[in-house]
Amino acid sequence: MSAAPAYSEDKGGSAGPGEAEYGHDPASGGIFSSDYKRHDDLKEMLDTNKDSLKLEAMKRIVAMIARGKNASDLFPAVVKNVACKNIEVKKLVYVYLVRYAEEQQDLALLSISTFQRGLKDPNQLIRASALRVLSSIRVPIIVPIMMLAIKEAASDMSPYVRKTAAHAIPKLYSLDSDQKDQLIEVIEKLLADKTTLVAGSVVMAFEEVCPERIDLIHKNYRKLCNLLIDVEEWGQVVIISMLTRYARTQFLSPTQNESLLEENPEKAFYGSEDDEAKGPGSEEAAAAALPTRKPYVMDPDHRLLLRNTKPLLQSRSAAVVMAVAQLYFHLAPKAEVGVIAKALVRLLRSHSEVQYVVLQNVATMSIKRRGMFEPYLKSFYIRSTDPTQIKILKLEVLTNLANETNIPTVLREFQTYIRSMDKDFVAATIQAIGRCATNIGRVRDTCLNGLVQLLSNRDELVVAESVVVIKKLLQMQPAQHGEIIKHLAKLTDNIQVPMARASILWLIGEYCEHVPRIAPDVLRKMAKSFTAEEDIVKLQVINLAAKLYLTNSKQTKLLTQYVLSLAKYDQNYDIRDRARFTRQLIVPSEQGGALSRHAKKLFLAPKPAPVLESSFKDRDHFQLGSLSHLLNAKATGYQELPDWPEEAPDPSVRNVEEEDLSLIETHVGLLGEYTKVPEWTKCSNREKRKEKEKPFYSDSEGESGPTESADSDPESESESDSKSSSESGSGESSSESDNEDQDEDEEKGRSSESEQSEEEGEKKKMKKRKKVPEGQREGSSSDEGSDSSSSSSESEMTSDTEEEQVEPASWRKKTPPSGKSAPAPKEISLLDLEDFTPPSVQPVSPPMVVSTSLAADLEGLTLTDSPLVPSLLSPVSGAGRQELLHRVAGEGLAVDYTFSRQPFSGDPHMVSVHIHFSNSSDTPIKGLHVGTPKLPAGISIQEFPEIESLSPGESTTAIMGINFCDSTQAANFQLCTQTRQFYVSIQPPVGELMAPVFMSENEFKKEQGKLTGMNEITEKLTLPDASRSDHVVVQKVTATANLGRVPCGTSDEYRFAGRTLTSGSLVLLTLDARPTGAAQLTVNSEKMVIGTMLVKDVVQALTQ
Amino acid sequence: MKMIHSLFLINCSGDIFLEKHWKSVVSQSVCDYFFEAQEKAADVENVPPVISTPHHYLISIYRDKLFFVSVIQTEVPPLFVIEFLHRVADTFQDYFGECSEAAIKDNVVIVYELLEEMLDNGFPLATESNILKELIKPPTILRSVVNSITGSSNVGDTLPTGQLSNIPWRRAGVKYTNNEAYFDVVEEIDAIIDKSGSTVFAEIQGVIDACIKLSGMPDLSLSFMNPRLLDDVSFHPCIRFKRWESERVLSFIPPDGNFRLISYRVSSQNLVAIPVYVKHSISFKENSSCGRFDVTIGPKQNMGKTIEGVTVTVHMPKVVLNMNLTPTQGSYTFDPVTKVLTWDVGKITPQKLPSLKGLVNLQSGAPKPEENPSLNIQFKIQQLAISGLKVNRLDMYGEKYKPFKGVKYVTKAGKFQVRT
Repeated sequence: MSAAPAYSEDKGGSAGPGEAEYGHDPASGGIFSSDYKRHDDLKEMLDTNKDSLKLEAMKRIVAMIARGKNASDLFPAVVKNVACKNIEVKKLVYVYLVRYAEEQQDLALLSISTFQRGLKDPNQLIRASALRVLSSIRVPIIVPIMMLAIKEAASDMSPYVRKTAAHAIPKLYSLDSDQKDQLIEVIEKLLADKTTLVAGSVVMAFEEVCPERIDLIHKNYRKLCNLLIDVEEWGQVVIISMLTRYARTQFLSPTQNESLLEENPEKAFYGSEDDEAKGPGSEEAAAAALPTRKPYVMDPDHRLLLRNTKPLLQSRSAAVVMAVAQLYFHLAPKAEVGVIAKALVRLLRSHSEVQYVVLQNVATMSIKRRGMFEPYLKSFYIRSTDPTQIKILKLEVLTNLANETNIPTVLREFQTYIRSMDKDFVAATIQAIGRCATNIGRVRDTCLNGLVQLLSNRDELVVAESVVVIKKLLQMQPAQHGEIIKHLAKLTDNIQVPMARASILWLIGEYCEHVPRIAPDVLRKMAKSFTAEEDIVKLQVINLAAKLYLTNSKQTKLLTQYVLSLAKYDQNYDIRDRARFTRQLIVPSEQGGALSRHAKKLFLAPKPAPVLESSFKDRDHFQLGSLSHLLNAKATGYQELPDWPEEAPDPSVRNVEEEDLSLIETHVGLLGEYTKVPEWTKCSNREKRKEKEKPFYSDSEGESGPTESADSDPESESESDSKSSSESGSGESSSESDNEDQDEDEEKGRSSESEQSEEEGEKKKMKKRKKVPEGQREGSSSDEGSDSSSSSSESEMTSDTEEEQVEPASWRKKTPPSGKSAPAPKEISLLDLEDFTPPSVQPVSPPMVVSTSLAADLEGLTLTDSPLVPSLLSPVSGAGRQELLHRVAGEGLAVDYTFSRQPFSGDPHMVSVHIHFSNSSDTPIKGLHVGTPKLPAGISIQEFPEIESLSPGESTTAIMGINFCDSTQAANFQLCTQTRQFYVSIQPPVGELMAPVFMSENEFKKEQGKLTGMNEITEKLTLPDASRSDHVVVQKVTATANLGRVPCGTSDEYRFAGRTLTSGSLVLLTLDARPTGAAQLTVNSEKMVIGTMLVKDVVQALTQ
Repeated sequence: MKMIHSLFLINCSGDIFLEKHWKSVVSQSVCDYFFEAQEKAADVENVPPVISTPHHYLISIYRDKLFFVSVIQTEVPPLFVIEFLHRVADTFQDYFGECSEAAIKDNVVIVYELLEEMLDNGFPLATESNILKELIKPPTILRSVVNSITGSSNVGDTLPTGQLSNIPWRRAGVKYTNNEAYFDVVEEIDAIIDKSGSTVFAEIQGVIDACIKLSGMPDLSLSFMNPRLLDDVSFHPCIRFKRWESERVLSFIPPDGNFRLISYRVSSQNLVAIPVYVKHSISFKENSSCGRFDVTIGPKQNMGKTIEGVTVTVHMPKVVLNMNLTPTQGSYTFDPVTKVLTWDVGKITPQKLPSLKGLVNLQSGAPKPEENPSLNIQFKIQQLAISGLKVNRLDMYGEKYKPFKGVKYVTKAGKFQVRT
């Protein structure tokens, strides 16, 4: 094959005809002609029918593109293959197309139809891929096609296609920004999407197209907060960043009170730059506003955001951690910001680029919130192997963190740094020492002495840097330091670095009164070497001369004149100017006496000491973690972080109708087959949603009632159930400490119940203990590890088999407790007979089931004389009557339906639905039947027999069976009469998708044991007083779901079991209710979606 | 956020050997700004990761002697890009066994296909290795032979389902004949020891790397004997955070293959055992062109385990011309250009402590160096997690078979530095 040698060049082989393509510069004209020739053979290969040749050609073309070579002349040959059957060829053609379509717009249009066809493909992945390529072709003519495709894809069934649609939005926007309005509509639609797959991408599109339309976020805010933890990492970063901005516009500053209460003492202590960073204006404004404002209460939504982002600090992605850190920094109350420090310090172990960015941000944060990083001081110690840029940033942080207490350790550390080989780093260290000396008065003398010692260092750079820093320090208290100035004066003989020489001269001039004898001598020396000095030194020599002339003109008059004369003819005009100016000012002449009288004031005015401050000060007006912050300059497209509003905007804009939510929820279920939602996801969402419904106040304010802490921190609560309460929340920040006592209070309140749970825990422990030895053996065998891997593997296997033996034994052991619960069945039957009110089904009792199913059978047979039957049946139906067709819409025909909960006679997988027709018009309705149903995949309908006629005022009932395929998708069908067709749809509550199953307690436990982990969904709830009694609970549960009650030993536990109709998967429901009203609902089911929805429905039923 | 516009791969000698554009083409000349910064930085490690140019921003990483330079046009969190670039490098490593110029050039088509899937319009799309491997099969020798004969491709024929699920890190339909789950607990000691031998700073950084080859959709939970040891943990996305928070149990559906399950830090409040000590005396005589070098290394707090793989690396001052040393054990090299002394010690036996002694030749006339170099030490201790962390048990749910399980512990020196 001719292709083989040609390809070998890709593999880096040095021989072969293709080498030139790689070896030569494309610009060298010599190979231009041969280039064309080679492209000819590529064209030939592309024109063949052999896929392998085409592939070979495409590979070579892609390799050319990768190298940055021009392959645009092959466009026609390549684009022909866009419809090629071979997937890889196709993919490479796409790569080529996206790269060159912009340059060859007309030819690119040839390929469009292929993609349009792809958009209609039944396979979601092909639809998505077609949309992706179509939207990547930057050809303005196809904008309308793209728009259409995006709109269609945005309402696609598949979340993956919708995600692709979200990705396509910014592409289209960058191609034609006129489409903005239409695109915003699509974004709005996609923002309402409930799947995690879409969330990140659509927020990205939002940020790019319409970041100013913050109003689009309101309704989706809570959902985004709740979905966040399950969104993929990249999406998380984008969403968090957007929510930070959102929160800044919608909530009040959590620090507005603190700014007065807390910052002032700090100022008194350190008197440092901390508070100035805030800006005097903002503080005054806060002070003015404060009295008029009521005490700050954090918006529950604000709290929601903080709570839901906190776990992400433990993400493996540095970008996510940084995003959360900046969110906390900008949004959290001061007391809570501390939690981010640990995570940021962790990132310092990462790649050096990550360190670089993180340190920049830590540097900014540590200026404002010093206390936060203080415990981690040592993590910023510098190693000789760190790159210089990292060293300097760490030094910055160390300097920011230095305070009265830790300064000795910091200085000792600095001492080792000064001896480093890295001179840039040493210079930075010296500056850092200078800053510590200015900030912390106590160590000023120590630092100064240390720096003076450095003056005898052999390295000139070190000395020079020290001089510069000493100069700044001396300015603060010159009187005491005459000796140091003298010492510096001596250095002028040796030190050559211009900046250092200039600094010394300035010092001597400024404080010439402290060194009256040395100063003239220095000037003499400098006058001698004046012409050889650098410009900055020359300027300082002039300064020195002028100052000496003014204070000690007797000794220096001639010297000064000499220097000024030299300067007059200097090459540098600045120096010439300065000399002229100085001469006019200080040397009294006849005309210009007016100013020279004030010369001394001009030259020797007291000068404020320079403030040595961090270059990171004030950087926090840029959003942390942003590119702009890193560069300390506004980057293109940077969204300013808005200031907190004075008055909080209306929080109700974020309210979403509960019904609305549940509707969307069912859509998740609708897509059950794609979104196999893991249990923990849904669980956490549920939990959070429940929380947010309850009114609560910010933890940090310490006002929260016990209810709040109970639901705000379900984790710690459950932890404290099993462990001692003091353990809960340990290691958390101070905000948690408020909760702790509340937890304890609760603990007391619940002491009785905890005993019960202990009992239960005991059982579990027993079981666990039995397994422990195996675990230990596992540990030890693996300890032997490499030495005896074969032997350890054996022991592993045996231990496993042992476990199998142990397992049944433990079950047998567990039977005694069930003996205790022997009277349970009796109890149940009592309940059944007495406590049950008619409307709720109690299918537990077999005779009843038989009778109802009999009735159904009868009904199926004798449809016409129906009036009796519905009255018989209605009490048994689960959910009450639902409207299918309103009498107005139905032109007199009113249709209701109920779920009868009887096995459907024709097909056991079908849910039997009773349809009640009544004719309220004045003409008979004829020929009632089901028209061609349009059903989602898997769903099937068993139609009811045609009703020939329904006379006015009459009503009748028919039974139809629907196989919902274990999903809550609606079954849509047409209801036809002779004259009319009505579109109707029946959507089952999740509880109707199952049928009761009878099992013993042991069977139940066994099955439950098999359905743990992902298949278990647990939810905590509080039962209202009204629904604490046994029968109410049982009634409510069975009314919500078609489940059978399972006998149970303990009085506070309720168990129900059922099977889904279509797949027959078990659904086990356990409700563990405490006398106090606290309860825990557990659903075990293979069908996680059903399980989650069921939990939701039951909780809703129980808590109402 | 327009994210990543283009990517250039540049080798150490400044050749741009691969470019990929996700939007309009950006000319290679933009890299000139990068080269300028590189020149200024002198050392590759000191090239600033973010460079601002008149029309673009360049964000780069340095990995395995290669620069990954990305071109950005608008505001974007720098860590986002850096994290992504590292993920790209990780993927190359994963696919080709190494992330080198040669490997990338050899597999340029796969690289291009990968980059195409990883970013869409500059925004990350599929970055999980499990998904990528479904889309594009990694090259193996066998496959490349087969491919060249049959002309078949690297692109997966089945459509990837991982992207669609909410467990995007795991591919569907995994099947193994031997079901195995291995965990490596690797702990690294970061320490700074000062001149006198006292510990200035020490902490333990650990990771648990997993190699999971289990069929189907196993649901694992891993528990520890002493989970409270873990002070700060970061998780692979597969881990259920809530379970960890409430029960301190790692519960997860694992990705297929190798991955990092968690990384953790053992708080610096705990005392960290330092398994080695170093006796050193390095001195340079004033006004003479030689100095003395004497380093001895010995075990300390090593929990009765053997310390092996010991290496000492020293960056000597610039004035050092050469070194004449005698090791009692192992071998040493001194590179007169980079001034790096490497002493490969091997295993430490307490009976006979390894030492390295001898003379240092200095450039004559030059002043004696002010500073003493610090010693960087590497070592390894098998079957020991220095923090005392122990895995208690591993349970599997959701699948019927019995997997083979194993845990291995290793302690290593991380950034372990002795100041002299």
